[in-house]
Amino acid sequence: MRKHFNRMTQDKIKTEKQQGWGLIFICWIIAMAALFGSLFFSEVMGLKPCVLCWWQRVFIYPLAVLFLVGMFPQGDKVDLSVVRYTLPLAAIGLGFAIYHYLVYSGFIPESLQPCSEELSCAQIDLELMGFITIPMLSIFAYSAIIILLIIYRKRFYQ
Amino acid sequence: MKKNMIVIATAILFVVLFIVTATIYNNQKDKELSSASLENIEHIQRDYSPIIGPLDAKVTIVEFFDPACGTCSAFYPFVKQLMKDNPGKVNLVLRYLPLHQNSDVIVSILEAARIQNRFWETLERAYETRDLWIEHHVSRPKKLWQQLGGLGLDMVKLNNDVQSAEIARRIKLDILDAQQLNVTKTPGFFVNGKPLVHFGYQQLQQLVESEISANY
Repeated sequence: MRKHFNRMTQDKIKTEKQQGWGLIFICWIIAMAALFGSLFFSEVMGLKPCVLCWWQRVFIYPLAVLFLVGMFPQGDKVDLSVVRYTLPLAAIGLGFAIYHYLVYSGFIPESLQPCSEELSCAQIDLELMGFITIPMLSIFAYSAIIILLIIYRKRFYQ
Repeated sequence: MKKNMIVIATAILFVVLFIVTATIYNNQKDKELSSASLENIEHIQRDYSPIIGPLDAKVTIVEFFDPACGTCSAFYPFVKQLMKDNPGKVNLVLRYLPLHQNSDVIVSILEAARIQNRFWETLERAYETRDLWIEHHVSRPKKLWQQLGGLGLDMVKLNNDVQSAEIARRIKLDILDAQQLNVTKTPGFFVNGKPLVHFGYQQLQQLVESEISANY
């Protein structure tokens, strides 16, 4: 009986320490989808990434690694503090994604954007189903990660 | 731990999905490319282009190139070797696709040298001295000019011919044809009108050999 109780509390502690794992897992899946998706665009389809695309890559690629590391327990403890390192990266990335979207959709004139002449960031190379563009996908990925991380932070970290 | 398995399985799934979609995409693209070049057959070869090798050869390699392109320069001896290995059966047509900055001027120097029957010598000299006239991926025509001694070129005539309207017209048409054929990188090869879809020495050799066995 006592043994059984003991195991139950242990299980409870274990689940408490595992809390939020699912959220981080989803964040990781989004980051991985962005990583492989962007590599598909550039390496398979041969769309050259413009300067702004590169800046967005800079901030999403490390997320795929950081979330992965965060999901694995240190001892028996899941590293809850993963949110501290990933949220700033995602926030900066979202900034670039929004900026890129504005350049793309013409709100920011081409002359103001920092792309090289040969590779315009405003040129639309790909439209999935007629309206989904790459900056839109990027905004979606970053926003989803940020929302999940904020929920995670409120529920489990503080 | 169960979660470890989930993570590993997801990671594997991503990789497999990537490889599968990439393969499907590439296969489809290959088909599109081959059929597109068949429709555009008149864009592949123009009668004004420089040609080397026997004129009656039944296998023709068309190469879109940029003299400033390192890979073009690396492929040049290989293509010549292909012609040597199959004597009398293969010839080579060169077409211009100056992608580097200022390379259009380099190309017009080559065309001007062709008027003096020094095209291939000048091209080889340009390839040999690439490091001396390219700075940070930008071609420096004046620096190439300094390397052209000893080729027997009449430099005054060369200087006049570089400006020629006919040369400009040819280069422009070559670039337009390349766009039409979807050649965006150099060197871009076609063998008897068939595009080299997967780039590489071996792939080019195989394509040439398959055309030789089909035509001889």
